[in-house]
Amino acid sequence: MAEFKKADSMLEWFDQRLGVVNFAKVMMTEYWIPKNINFLWAMGVLLTVLFTFLVVSGIFLLMYYKPDANMAFDSVNYTIMQEVAYGWLFRHIHAVGASVVFLIIYIHMFTGIYYGSYKKGREMIWISGMLLFMLFSAEGFSGYMLPWGQMSYWAAYVITEIFGGIPFIGDDLVVWIRGNFYVADATLTRFFMLHVLLIPLAIIGAIVFHFYALRFPHVNNEAGEFFDFDVEAKKYLAGNKKHSKVIPFWPVFLSKDVFVLGVFLIFFFYLVFFHYGFAMDPINFDKANGLKTPAHIYPEWYFLWSYEVLRGWFFEIAGISGKDLGLMAFGFANIIFLVMPWLDRSPVVKPANQRPYFKYWFWLMIADLMVLTEFGKLPPTGPNAWVGFGASLTFLVLFIALPFITKAEAAKVKGKK
Amino acid sequence: MKEFKILAVLVALVGITYYGIEPYAHSVMHPAVAPADFTFQDVKNVDTSLAGNVENGKVLVEANCIACHAIEKAGHPAMMPNADAAASYGVVPPDLSQAGRIYDKNYLANFIFDPVTAMHVQQKYNPESGKAFPMPSYNWMSPQDIMDVVAYLQSVAPKVADNVEGHKSTFEAACGRCHNMQYAGIEATTPASVIKEHMGANPPDLSQYIKSRGEHYLHSFINDPQVLLKGTSMPRVGLTEKAQEEVIAYMEEVGDSKKAERESLGVWVILYSVIFAILAYLWKRKIWSEVH
Amino acid sequence: MMDESRRGFIGKAFGAVAAVGGIASLIAMKKTWDPLPSVMSAGFTTVDVSGLEANKLEIAVWRGKPVFILKYSADMKPTDGRSVKIGDSYFSVMIGLCTHLGCIPGYEGDKKLFKCACHGGEYSPDGVNTFGPPPRPLDIPPFKLDGVTLVLGEEGPEYKKMTAKV
Repeated sequence: MAEFKKADSMLEWFDQRLGVVNFAKVMMTEYWIPKNINFLWAMGVLLTVLFTFLVVSGIFLLMYYKPDANMAFDSVNYTIMQEVAYGWLFRHIHAVGASVVFLIIYIHMFTGIYYGSYKKGREMIWISGMLLFMLFSAEGFSGYMLPWGQMSYWAAYVITEIFGGIPFIGDDLVVWIRGNFYVADATLTRFFMLHVLLIPLAIIGAIVFHFYALRFPHVNNEAGEFFDFDVEAKKYLAGNKKHSKVIPFWPVFLSKDVFVLGVFLIFFFYLVFFHYGFAMDPINFDKANGLKTPAHIYPEWYFLWSYEVLRGWFFEIAGISGKDLGLMAFGFANIIFLVMPWLDRSPVVKPANQRPYFKYWFWLMIADLMVLTEFGKLPPTGPNAWVGFGASLTFLVLFIALPFITKAEAAKVKGKK
Repeated sequence: MKEFKILAVLVALVGITYYGIEPYAHSVMHPAVAPADFTFQDVKNVDTSLAGNVENGKVLVEANCIACHAIEKAGHPAMMPNADAAASYGVVPPDLSQAGRIYDKNYLANFIFDPVTAMHVQQKYNPESGKAFPMPSYNWMSPQDIMDVVAYLQSVAPKVADNVEGHKSTFEAACGRCHNMQYAGIEATTPASVIKEHMGANPPDLSQYIKSRGEHYLHSFINDPQVLLKGTSMPRVGLTEKAQEEVIAYMEEVGDSKKAERESLGVWVILYSVIFAILAYLWKRKIWSEVH
Repeated sequence: MMDESRRGFIGKAFGAVAAVGGIASLIAMKKTWDPLPSVMSAGFTTVDVSGLEANKLEIAVWRGKPVFILKYSADMKPTDGRSVKIGDSYFSVMIGLCTHLGCIPGYEGDKKLFKCACHGGEYSPDGVNTFGPPPRPLDIPPFKLDGVTLVLGEEGPEYKKMTAKV
């Protein structure tokens, strides 16, 4: 800048120093989103809002929480829940928010799969999204330990025990993760660190990356149509708003999102104040006791499907123990969504219901995940064990078959043309 | 219209999943049990239709009960400090001031006749185990005498107010000899080491039981612990329905003290969200009218 | 020429030094996560088994884990490699965690079996899995006999003999 002229307004003063006018254009008023969308496109904004709720409520919980095996339970259930003004509200928002955030993540994720928003240039959006899913899972798991109730303790015990199945280093790895031979104070303090610092930092980084990845291939639309965003943006800016296929992020896209958010908040606050039991398990109001196993141990609902994939393998096949088979299936289930863009061999980007074979695959996959979720909670006895095995096997078969199904579909679609 | 269809599919899928993992799964893990019975008709050694004589009851109580039991309200203090009493009997014998109010008449009469049967702890106190319950059976007393004792105990029991103080006094009389309630600063009158010896394990602290067990479970469990937890050493205490409600109310007042605040604030926050959503909709319509 | 190769060498040397520093930091961080020495060395639990009743489960705690000690009654047969003879009686000494996912099974004396409430696994009194998901028998903790006293955490000759057979 050769010459620096005195600013006439506050906006200009800031613009000279930070380039805010251009920044607002790039981030808001000239960030183009397709017009042909439905409310499912609002899930990203919902997730951003929920994450903000979690950070803010978490900050206040952090003021009174004590990460110590002897003090944690009472610091949550007495100090925060009964003494601190609105402490109960922050805990309810934090617990219910953490559960509901997964509901929205799943809706967001399956919307992406349904509309094929993970391929033809959108691979990095998908991968960063799946990375966020994994980070949120780690965040949810580490946070669930902190109230140090019976379910906190035993869920932590069972999940860390899973690592014991890794060949050779398993047993040592479990002790290393826990910081003790069993889930103990050292486990609590290290997971506390992960929950309040390391993982949230990683999540914030991954969110920025996820948003950045959206910039180049652009947001998908309801028809899976590809068009030139620059041409459509010019139309819009020239005043031909009705015929342009794009809308600016602010205010048009956000006005719709804010309305969806409003409806969502009614539902969310109903859960927070009146129906929170699903996110705050009664068993967790018993203090952790390493020598007393609760009758039923189950993870939070959002882990049930992968827990059932792990648990469905309860007998030996070809000399490999059920436990090892389950562990392999569990590993498969946790990475397979990541490579979704390469499993779908069809170049077609369209809603699933307009794809001749994929539509069956999609709804079957949803049904299978629902069955897995259900049986992941039920006690695995009698026929339940076999349903679990069947659903777990179906899950593997579905994903192994996906490349073949989509390849056949591509051939069929090509043949028609 | 199309968006409503999508929403309907979404709500259906989420609803089915929710039903499966919450109401349905919990009904499988916690099957329904026989409803609570506050008449205690299963014990019928004493004809409880007999009208009791308070005067005679007073004589009988002073001759038979106050050697071990305090009745503060009738001017009979405890014979020794709690720790000593616990050491002698295994558990502090209850002060009978409240007995006529909190215990069901039928239960109380049959308890005096045969405590072990009334409490449903035969699995622990039987000839085979060689263990004897600290209080002897008064099965040698005539039904009329027993009903006189019951009538006397009912006559001395003070009325309590239907508020936190009243609920607390019921809780302390019914549960406070064995259970702690840390969040209310209540410590069991029987020392922890003694009660552990007597019961086989330390009775749990009840501060959060309203949350961990819930009102529904407690309603059935307190009425008869054996129904939900076969073999437990907790006895059936024989509370009347009203006394049991007071106990549960107190557990809620201590364990979920912010309930009233939560429920009233909840209505306002939801109302706010509705207004927020309506205004957001109007704003959205105005903005989108330009692009559609 | 000289300059370029020198720059190449300095670049490589700097890269190597940075890598060493990075790896050293990672090792330090890994070690920070290691269980503390006090935790590692903690706990040799001793149990006097002379007063135990037959067919009644005794649970000791060793390194935060429950250890089952079960004295056999006359009608219970000892198993080679799993039962320990202390004095005149045989005992099972096992870590009381289900080998499936680590719950604590309960002992049902009348049926003479261990049953895990979590996923329905069952074990015989000597700890061999007989039903359900457990992949292997209950683990045997390292122990040493000192007369009628059992020292958990130390490997005595009886323990070595048992593990050698398996």
